[in-house]
Amino acid sequence: MSDRFETHEHDVLIIGAGGAGLRAAIEALGQGASVGVVCKSLLGKAHTVMAEGGIAAAMANVDAADDWRTHFRDTMRGGKMLNNWRMAQIHAQEAPDCVRELEHWGALFDRTDNGQILQRAFGGHTYKRLCHVGDRTGLEMIRTLQDRGVQMGFDVYMECTVTRLLKDGDRVAGAFGYWREQGRFVVFKAKSVVIATGGIGKAWPITSNSWEYTGDGMALAYEAGAALMDMEFVQFHPTGMVWPPGVQGILVTEAVRGEGGILRNKTGERFMERYDPQRMELSTRDVVARAIYTEVREGRGTEHGGAYLDISHKPAEYVKRKLPSMYHQFLELADVDITKRPMEVGPTCHYMMGGIRVDAETAQSTLSGLFAAGEAAAGLHGANRLGGNSLSDLLVFGRRAGLAAAKHASSTPAPSVDSAQIDQAERDALEPFQRKDGESPYAVHRDLQDSMQKLVGIFRNKEDLQRSLGEIDKLKQRLKRISVEGSRLYNPGWHLALDLKSMLTVSEAVALSALAREESRGAHSRIDFQNLDPAWGARNNIIGREGEAMRLRQEKVLETPGELKQILAEGK
Amino acid sequence: MAEAILQIFRGDAKGGAAKECRVPMAPGMVVLDALHYVQAHQIPDLAVRWNCKAGKCGSCSAEVNGRPRLTCKTRMDALPLDKPITIFPMKSFPVIKDLVTDVSWNFRINKKIPPFQPRPGADWKIEQKDVDRVQEFRKCIECFLCQNVCHVLREHDKKEEFGGPRFFVRVAGLEMHPMDGASRAGLLRKELGIGLCNITKCCTEVCPEDIHITDNAIIPLKERVVDEFYDPLLMLVRKIRGVKQSQD
Repeated sequence: MSDRFETHEHDVLIIGAGGAGLRAAIEALGQGASVGVVCKSLLGKAHTVMAEGGIAAAMANVDAADDWRTHFRDTMRGGKMLNNWRMAQIHAQEAPDCVRELEHWGALFDRTDNGQILQRAFGGHTYKRLCHVGDRTGLEMIRTLQDRGVQMGFDVYMECTVTRLLKDGDRVAGAFGYWREQGRFVVFKAKSVVIATGGIGKAWPITSNSWEYTGDGMALAYEAGAALMDMEFVQFHPTGMVWPPGVQGILVTEAVRGEGGILRNKTGERFMERYDPQRMELSTRDVVARAIYTEVREGRGTEHGGAYLDISHKPAEYVKRKLPSMYHQFLELADVDITKRPMEVGPTCHYMMGGIRVDAETAQSTLSGLFAAGEAAAGLHGANRLGGNSLSDLLVFGRRAGLAAAKHASSTPAPSVDSAQIDQAERDALEPFQRKDGESPYAVHRDLQDSMQKLVGIFRNKEDLQRSLGEIDKLKQRLKRISVEGSRLYNPGWHLALDLKSMLTVSEAVALSALAREESRGAHSRIDFQNLDPAWGARNNIIGREGEAMRLRQEKVLETPGELKQILAEGK
Repeated sequence: MAEAILQIFRGDAKGGAAKECRVPMAPGMVVLDALHYVQAHQIPDLAVRWNCKAGKCGSCSAEVNGRPRLTCKTRMDALPLDKPITIFPMKSFPVIKDLVTDVSWNFRINKKIPPFQPRPGADWKIEQKDVDRVQEFRKCIECFLCQNVCHVLREHDKKEEFGGPRFFVRVAGLEMHPMDGASRAGLLRKELGIGLCNITKCCTEVCPEDIHITDNAIIPLKERVVDEFYDPLLMLVRKIRGVKQSQD
């Protein structure tokens, strides 16, 4: 093994310090494992911090009739039955305990009149189910988890980016990365690696995601030989800000609609009556996003190309208490007082339902020793995720991933890593410095975003998707010719150049899967195949690597057992 | 289209100087938008720390025209455009590069704070008004602007003796948590040196979350320390009973 680089050894290495990564770390620590957590940003800045609406868990504090069966059914129906049924079952069953556990670690939630955790309504959930604290639930969650992890004693490697997973034969053996600060390289040796890196929103220009969401974990897993699944299902959240230009895409929480917000087009019509008369504004995200997009496309959009979202009929004090960050966000960034005037909103790329294919019980990928949880993993949400199911996903499967990763580590001998892998990883990372006068990584990124927005957006068709694959191929060639300026010291241009590789890999997986699925299901809408196709409803798209080529195949969706089928058939 | 002139600090631990850049103005533009424009078109390796760009993560702190701000929430149209806008890194922390500073000291301080400890036998029935009372402290986004302006840290650099406003807010969020049973008065007095704060309220002024740091967190915590360690009546009672002070 090469000793040229700073090296750290852990039983369990966790990549990503959002809710899933931190929850996994806590569980692995509890098992007695030595745990390292690597994150691209400072601790506590991961995307979980932006989650607003709440954590879905059938605690039945507000609606006594709620139970895991209804939550399971809502999740499966929201995902258009493409979900891994076992993940949906585990999630619904374990979420309430995970919320109580978080409370016992110090998280504070809003309360009911009798002192229990308050729950609010959200799209696609039959009952009031989202445990929340105002509209900053994610901040409460990440602080609670981060402080518990710090006190339990994990090692955190902040502002450190992993560029490659290391292997020992056909199992994972660690990771190679660089410190963003000084640009020095670092090697992690680990018996188990948990990927909790979130999604790929930054491949689109209008997104609620931060710079970090470049699909790293999915690309790392793919490069190392693990399978990806359901990559065509990208969630466009119906309500992002649309004006002014600089804030385009910033999330407007679904809690606005959960608290009674009404959507109207420019004529004042409550247009959801035409798209989902029963559930109206609280329909699932895929339906509401398409509705807003269609209103705009057909000429009924607002001045800046969105829809109006109005909560001003509620008392101003109530709005400020239940939606404080929305109130400030619009006042400060858009000069709109939401207690008096409607917001302008439109779809924004928000979440990846697909990701690394995992085992429901252990969160292990198809590669031995590699685990994945949260947005980076696939299966729980099927073709469309319900709001609130993400935070609960992080807790439930973060815990399971940490547990299984620690167990795996305790029964596995220390891996060895040949220096050739590390040398190659170093060469790859330094490559952009080798050229002079090449293109800027920012230009390649912008063109990728434009192409994904135009060709792999909310509504898709065969010609666009084929074109997008051609565009991605050209961008890959351009990436090989870019150059970066400056030194390795905290150099965002260089960092972007390396992130682009992940973005292009994952974008290709999205386009390839979307092209194959000739039907419309959940978040995947094909203009040329507008209906559900039962044959496609029984198949998941699986992406794998064969040499340098990306290969797509289909596998049968896991058959839901009889007693759970019964649950799915019940209810409205 | 109107243009803004920026004077952006370029440099590292060894020093540096402001560099002038021109950016086209757009409606509603914030300072962070301008910095991103500069990265994409003029200085690709300009170091800027940011994440959510929505005022929720507290990553993009800097000093804009001398005032500590979140650059994602500082509107360009609220700044005078007839002269250059200066954008400098936070002064109280060592510069790594350009606008990025080394804030790792904060994470070391945080480690010293005893975590939430539920009271034995807590029934977890909590009233909303008790939640509301501590919300203010728990909404802190750790932008460290309060640490940056605090005299004790900025002028006197007492990082070894003093925790700073951010961590008084954090301790307040724990101490006033309706289910917490631990006492952190000894920590406040010694390791966090709360006595050094002379309540000039600079921290409160710069807080982007409008937390009343001085009035609602620091002063009540100072009172707790006084009650625990300097109350003559309690001291007498302790002496008679032979009770030791907590965590001292």
